Formats: sequence, structure tokens, C-alpha cells
Amino acid sequence: MTIHIVDRRLNPGSKSLENRQRFLRRAKALVQGAVKKSSQGRNIKEVLEGGEVSIPIEGMDEPRFRREGGTRDMVLPGNKKFIEGDMLPRSGRSGGKAGGPGEGDSQDAFRFVLSRDEFVDLFLDDLELPDLAKRKLAEVESEGIRRAGYATSGSPANISVSRTVARAMARRVALRRPRPEALAVLEAEMADCSEARRVEILAEIEALKSKMRRIPFIDPIDIRYRRFEAVPKPVAQAVMFCLMDVSGSMTEHMKDLAKRFYMLLYVFLKRRYRHVEIVFIRHTDRAEEVDENTFFHSPASGGTLVSSALQAMHDILRSRFRPSDWNIYAAQASDGDNSHSDGEVTGRLLTEMILPVSQFFAYLEVGQEEGVMYDMPASSLWTLYERLRAGGAPLSMRKVSKRSEIFPVFHDLFQRRGKQERAAS
Amino acid sequence: MTATDQPLFQGADWDFLTLQRIYDACEGIALKELRLDVYPNQIEVITAEQMLDAHSSVGMPLYYKHWSFGKHFAFQEASYRKGLMGLAYEIVINSSPCISYLMEENTATMQTLVTAHAAFGHNHFFKNNYLFRQWTDADGILDYLEFAKTYVTQCEERYGRQAVERTLDAAHALMSHGIDRYSGKKKLDLRAEEKRAGKRRLHEEGTFNDLWRTVPTGPVKSDVLQNVGRRQKLLGLPQENLLYFLEKTAPRLAPWQRELLRIVRHIAQYFYPQSQTKVMNEGTATYVHYRIMNRLHEQGRISDGNFLEFLQSHTNVVFQPDFDNPHYSGFNPYALGFAMMQDIERIVTSPDEEDREWFPDIAGAGDAMGVLRSVWTDYRDESFIGQFLSPRLMRHFRMFHLHDDLEESAGIRVDAIHDERGYRRLRRELARQYDVGFIDANIEVVDVDLAGDRRLMLRHAVLKGAQLNEVDAKRVLQYLADLWSYDVSLVEVDASDTVLKEYVANPRKLAAAA
Repeated sequence: MTIHIVDRRLNPGSKSLENRQRFLRRAKALVQGAVKKSSQGRNIKEVLEGGEVSIPIEGMDEPRFRREGGTRDMVLPGNKKFIEGDMLPRSGRSGGKAGGPGEGDSQDAFRFVLSRDEFVDLFLDDLELPDLAKRKLAEVESEGIRRAGYATSGSPANISVSRTVARAMARRVALRRPRPEALAVLEAEMADCSEARRVEILAEIEALKSKMRRIPFIDPIDIRYRRFEAVPKPVAQAVMFCLMDVSGSMTEHMKDLAKRFYMLLYVFLKRRYRHVEIVFIRHTDRAEEVDENTFFHSPASGGTLVSSALQAMHDILRSRFRPSDWNIYAAQASDGDNSHSDGEVTGRLLTEMILPVSQFFAYLEVGQEEGVMYDMPASSLWTLYERLRAGGAPLSMRKVSKRSEIFPVFHDLFQRRGKQERAAS
Repeated sequence: MTATDQPLFQGADWDFLTLQRIYDACEGIALKELRLDVYPNQIEVITAEQMLDAHSSVGMPLYYKHWSFGKHFAFQEASYRKGLMGLAYEIVINSSPCISYLMEENTATMQTLVTAHAAFGHNHFFKNNYLFRQWTDADGILDYLEFAKTYVTQCEERYGRQAVERTLDAAHALMSHGIDRYSGKKKLDLRAEEKRAGKRRLHEEGTFNDLWRTVPTGPVKSDVLQNVGRRQKLLGLPQENLLYFLEKTAPRLAPWQRELLRIVRHIAQYFYPQSQTKVMNEGTATYVHYRIMNRLHEQGRISDGNFLEFLQSHTNVVFQPDFDNPHYSGFNPYALGFAMMQDIERIVTSPDEEDREWFPDIAGAGDAMGVLRSVWTDYRDESFIGQFLSPRLMRHFRMFHLHDDLEESAGIRVDAIHDERGYRRLRRELARQYDVGFIDANIEVVDVDLAGDRRLMLRHAVLKGAQLNEVDAKRVLQYLADLWSYDVSLVEVDASDTVLKEYVANPRKLAAAA
């Protein structure tokens, strides 16, 4: 009888990937809801960890005709003390233990693990990178250097000694340059020999020496230099500045809104850059760099000077994040207050220092939960930024007052911007 | 057979030559000593991930695409990752050649065990058991699944994925009621089935003439339709194969939808014998692997250490937790099946007085394998237990029978235990637990209101007071109505024809338009 042993291990795996995608597509609304919910309780960086979500079984069930109740008869193993005719009390649950844990369909919620990518994909859906026109991410490059063989010319610092010596030796061998040992032998012979022989040897030595002079130990044509060539290297890192007004007028609710916004921005950046740094700058009338926890949770009091935060950002940029190495993103959240005298400084800092080196600068004006923001006169900061934007500054700005508005706003923010730019260009 | 005393392998590692040696050794024992009769084998080595993949699409190597398999995969993956569930050691497919999957992570001992278990135990059972011979077509199944997969894909391209998905959803909901239980005269020929589908499509395309649509239909032959007897005969009523009935008579299904129903129905039919022979099937395979492994060990081809490894996993497989054990979830088919097979062997070779009294036909017959082979051929779980469960085993498992009647307010009655008075009742009751007639709800199409609103009427004959789960029943009926595209009603009646409950479902507009 013949037997075939087939190695299927190399077959493409994930045969059920297609089915999985169908399932996710079908449950999309549900899964998306679950993803949003599970991202609420996380830190900004944790948002990317994927993980288990649970969706209600509704709409995902596969109903069958099932029977339940009625008179039940069962044969069980492991009798210990029962004898025929015993009456056992019913347990509180109507099913009793013999109902079986196998009824998978009766669960209310369905838990499963989303991969990181699936999680984020659902989270982000179809966002486009802002400011594509300026610097398309895929082509973002900076100079790097890499070895590229040997050259005949170059700087002395780059001489490749081993290569040079090897070539010199090859040349010396090929041209039969006399070896110093041959000279030494002749000289030793000369020490005790006849006069005639001595003259002969002297001539021979002279000939050898002149040949040695004609064929140098190292010739300029032997010299090789290590060659380097400049290669474009994608900038794989980005820094994200979170600026927030933490003066007394910012409520917990507003901070929460801001956090969500930062979270989304982080996810978005993380998808595109291998390494993302986050810098938290909070400000009242003076700014300081803090950690995430302080940023969101510790109280501070004072006036409001937006320029202080921008100045701080600028200083940090200069000292730690060279714009040629880092993609710079900034997101500012505020309730819109700013002292009037500060407007001009803020504007100048922004247009002259920050915006030219930033990929993207977003301003999010957060309002009270029950806010009637749209009827109120525009805040001082909003007015200022509006004016800058009218003057051509690449600013994104938006007002948000409800938790549920964050996601659409973010979405909207990037998409509209992309479109505008496309239309403008 | 060359009596080699060389071990087949050392330690846990294996390569393909080892697998070949293992297979040859198992084959020698299976065919010459146990005289099994098997389909040609094909052994495939797969990874754990592929095992999980295969497991989520009902163990078949190829299957049409449907979201529900993705759901099962996601669910199983989650529980596998958490460690709630171990992976199956093997999957075996009832096809010719019989395909067994070996997982690459298994040790050499486990590969031997799985080869003996699947490639010989299950394989022999598939090839010989009367249910499988009657209902499944091992030669055609892989081709048919290939056809089903392609057909579903084509339908999706042509009619849209959503429409196909809706039809399949509905068909899956009715899958357990898409089985012919009794006719059994015609063996399914899946290859011909596939050709037929192609031909029918060609014929339809070739003979399509739009004019037929405009031909006026005659007046309704009301007298024929009013006559219940004739109508029922015409429609083949009562009919318990709901999918079959819909495929043949649903008024507004498109031809491709009928074909989809047919595919789901055929596949359900293919799996029908497996659900009826779990105990026997696993019992056979476990018994066979036990015999083969022991023989290999006797021959010195499996080292003592490896044999201990085998015994350990074998013991895990045939472990039967007691009813009050938290791990208890019904009888373990491996445990019960294996114990019964061994018991039969004992009865045949060294019976005691009780055995002679209970099993006069086989007690002391001498040829254990001969008896077992004929048992494996001619029985299914219900009849197997009803016939061969011995008092000794009932005592061994310490079986008892509980009768839970809600009318009887005092509690749950212990009806029988493993004693002289209880043996026969216990055995009858346990056999009944494996009777498909008692497992699935008995639902039939009884009539169609052809003269009126075309309402489809179903009837659930309630057994022992167990009615349908209301939520699920409504959902399934909704699917049914969508396929039928007119109203559907279901009544639940008890033995005295008293109506216990009535359901009505109206078709959804969407489905009707599709």
C-alpha cells in the first residue's frame, strides 16, 4: 500500500485570515465601539497594544433550533452513594449542572483578541497624513553614509592600508623587485672573497639597488581609499509635542478631551514612524516640561501665557530634536484664554520658529461639556490663530466640547486638510 | 515482516524517514495482525497555526469562505492563547485517500500514536461502518468541497457577497434540519453531483428564452390544491428535511440560491454519520492505537521511556471525570468507547458467568478482532451501547440514571443505579442519549397554504416537554421566512396534539428583493 507523507508546513498559513476579515467586517460597528471603549482607559502609549476586546453577541450569533426544559433523563458516571429511588433536591439553577457548559451560543458577549494592526486599523480607519504636499512621508529622507568599495582618490584619512599594501606587494612581485634578503646575502659573501669577485658583487649590488629605487616599495598607484557614498535614509523618528494650558480655567473634562486627542495623534504617528517621542509641555503663565501623569493630573494655577509654552517647545527643539533628524508634530489644547499682551509674541514665535520646522501643528480648543461655545465670541487664542491661518500659516484648528466629538474631529481634521491642500496646489 | 528489534526512533525528534518507518511499522501490525481494511493513507505534516485554521473550518482542508468560521477561529485562538484549550493532536478526514494531519510540534511517540489512531483506527472505521458507507462518499468529498468553494466564490462575484452571505447564514441556521435520516436508499455521489450542477447551469443558459416569462399562466387548479392529500403528495409532505424542501419548492429563490442550499445540505449530510458514531469512532481508533502501540513496544521498537510517554497521553485521553467533578461535561467518548472495545475483547476471549448470560452470542467466541470488526461495521452509538454495554462496565463507571420531572416537585429521582435491577434500564437510557431521534428537535413541514397566502406551516412534535428556545427559534424562523419569502408559522404540539406554542415569522423585505 502506498503512503504519501506531505509536508504542508510551508504552505501559506492563515488560511482562515479571509474568514477572519469577513467576520471583522461584519462586526465592524461592534468591534469599533469596543475598541473605542477599551482605549478610553489607557495611557497614550498603551493605545497601540492591541489586545482583547469583547463585543456583544447580538448580530454575531448563529441561531439553531435548540430545545430546553421539559422532563430530563440522564445517565451519569461516578455514583458514590445513591441508590434507586433516592430523591435529590434540585439546585437553585434551573438547568442544574448537567445543562452542560458546552452551550457556546448562549454567551452574551464574545471575547477575542485583536492583533495590534487590526486594533489600530479600526481605530484610525482611513486617515491620511497631513501636509503630504510639503513632505511626503514615504520620501522623507536625510543624508546617511555607507561604505561603497574603494577609490583611487580620496582624503588621506580614508586610506585603506591593507588594500594598499596588498596591491603594492602584488606589484613588487610582478616586477621582480629585489628583496632585501638577496642584498644581505651578497654583502655577506663580499666580506670574505677574492678581489675580482668583490668587484663583481659590488656591481651586482649596485644594479640591485638601482632596481630597488626604480621599483618603489609603495607607489602612488598602489594607494586605495575607502569610498563612502551618501545614501538617502528615511527619517524614522518623530517627536510629538503636547502643549496644554493647565491654568485654573481648564476643567477635568477639558483635559480628558485633550488626552483623547493626543492619544489619537500618537497612534497616528506610531503607525508611520518607527520611533515616536512624546514631549509634554504644560503651561500657565510659565511653561515646564513634565511627565504624562503630571501633565494630565496635577493641578497648577496662574495666569495664561501661551507664548511661554511655544518658547519652551522651541528651546527643547533646538537642544534635543534637530528638525533634520526628527519629524515634528505639535498639538496644542487650550480653552482659548490668553492674555492680550501675549498675542503678538505668540504669533511671532509660531510663524517664525515653530511652524517652519513642524510637519503639523494642530490647535484644539476644548469647551465645557454643556458648552454653548459656538454662540460665544471667539476666544482670544482662536482669533489670533484664525488670523495667522488667514495669512497662510499651516495651522489646523478645531473646537471640541463633547467626548464623542473627538474622534470625528480628528478624522475630519486630517482629511479636510489633505483635501484643501490638494485643491490649493 | 522482518522482525526488527531496532527501535523506530530515539528520543523525541523525528524526521520524514522516521515518519515513514513509523508508518510502515504501524501498517504491518494493523493490516497483518488486526486485519484492518483501510483507504490509502495520506499523511500531512502541519504547523500549530494550520491546525487551528483547519479546526475552525470544521476540520476540512478546504472549505468555502464564511464569516462564521472566522468567528470560531477568533474564539478558539483566544482560548488557545489563554491556555484554556489544548490543540487537537490530530485531524483526520473521511476521504479517499484518507488524510491525517500530524502536528510538527508532536514528539516521535505522539506521531506514532496519531498515525496508529487516525491513519488506521479512524480510517478503518470510515471505510467499513455502515453509516459512512451509506451516507458519505469518501472518494468525492474533496472534489465536492473544491466545487463548493469555487461555486460560492463565483456566486459572490456575480450576485454580491452580501446576498450570498445572507443565503448561507440562513442555510447554516437550518443545517441541522437539512439531513435525510431515513431514506438512505441512494448513496450520495458527490462527483456526479458536481457534474450535475455544471450541466444544469449550462442547460439553463442554453435554453434561456425571455419569452417564457410573458406566457400567461393558466387558472389556478384550485381543486387540486384544495385537496390536502394530493397537495401533500405533490409537495412530498410531511418533510423533515427543511433545506431540501426549500431547495425544491421555495417559490422565489434564484437558482444559485437553491444550489447553495444544496451544498450546505450535502455537507451536513456528510457529517451526519460522524455525529452518530462519536463513541464508536473514537473507541475504535483508541483501541487500535492501544493495540498497535503495545505490539510495537513488545517488539522492542518503542523504548520503555517512549512507551511511558504514550501511556501518559493515552491515560489523559481516556480519563472519565465523575459527574461531580468540575471537569465533567458528559461521557468522554474516548473513555466509554475504549472501555467498551476492551470489554468486548475480554468477553470474547475470557468471559465469566455474567458475560455468558448477557452476551451468549459472542462470549467465548475466541476471535476478538473478528467480533470487533463486525461490531465496527454494523452498529452506531445508540445500537452499540444498547447491545454491548456490559454490567461490568456499568459497575466500573458507577453509572446511575437521574430522572428530572418538573411536575414531580420533590426533586430529581434516582431511577436506576448499577445493580441487578438497574442494568437494563441504565443501558436503555444511555443508548437513548445517543439516539439522534432524541437529540435533534423533531420539526417537519406539514403544509403550505397554496390557495391562500402561501404560508409555510411547520410543526414541532414536542418530546418530554422540551420546547424550543424562544429567542433562537424566532431567529431561525426569520431566516426560514427569508428563504421561503412568505410567512412561516411553527406550532409546537405535544403527544396529544395540544398546541403549546405558536410562532409566526414574516419575510424581511431585503431578502425578498435579493
